[in-house]
Amino acid sequence: MIFALALQLSHFSAAALFALFFSIVFGITQRNTPNEMVRYGAYCFAVAMVGMFVAGWVMWLLHH
Amino acid sequence: MAKTETSTPDAQAPAAAAVPFTPFAALAPAIGWFIPGAGHLIQKRWIRGLALMSCVVAMFAFGVAMEGKIYKPNTGDLLDILGFIGDLGSGALYILGRIFEWGGLNITTANADYGTKYIVVAGLLNIMAAVDAYHIAIRKKQ
Repeated sequence: MIFALALQLSHFSAAALFALFFSIVFGITQRNTPNEMVRYGAYCFAVAMVGMFVAGWVMWLLHH
Repeated sequence: MAKTETSTPDAQAPAAAAVPFTPFAALAPAIGWFIPGAGHLIQKRWIRGLALMSCVVAMFAFGVAMEGKIYKPNTGDLLDILGFIGDLGSGALYILGRIFEWGGLNITTANADYGTKYIVVAGLLNIMAAVDAYHIAIRKKQ
């Protein structure tokens, strides 16, 4: 079955959504207490977002 | 000498007691694999289970909505084989996807490529969640 209207996400929103989901799962599975889970999940999300911006600028510099 | 022989098992006792294998320890990851988050839910980790279920199901659904490809069993390209293994991690979602032929047939756009990766990673994250359910079942984790 093919969806009539395929969801169109920008590069940024697709990567941000991806980071959100994997950060939550990483937080829950890689730490033991709820407090640590929240902190590690937030850390993973922050690292992913910063890495995305850095990678974006690196690609921009390589392109120009 | 006798003291050494008796003290060694005592020293290892806590580590051995931490990993009792029970049928439930095999059941929790199996159920967690088949229904994302259910491995935690049957152990009364309600919030964690629902959060894991939401993330895996949402990621799979976003992937399908972006016309991502659901891989079939294959013996072709290595990446296709790995894609199938990753997809299989989604358990019932993968089976439903195959039955109802969800997703796109070919990866022709960047969006479909993202969707394909979403579906594969949803399966991989579900495997991580199933392993976590196993760790809870053997009391290695709270």
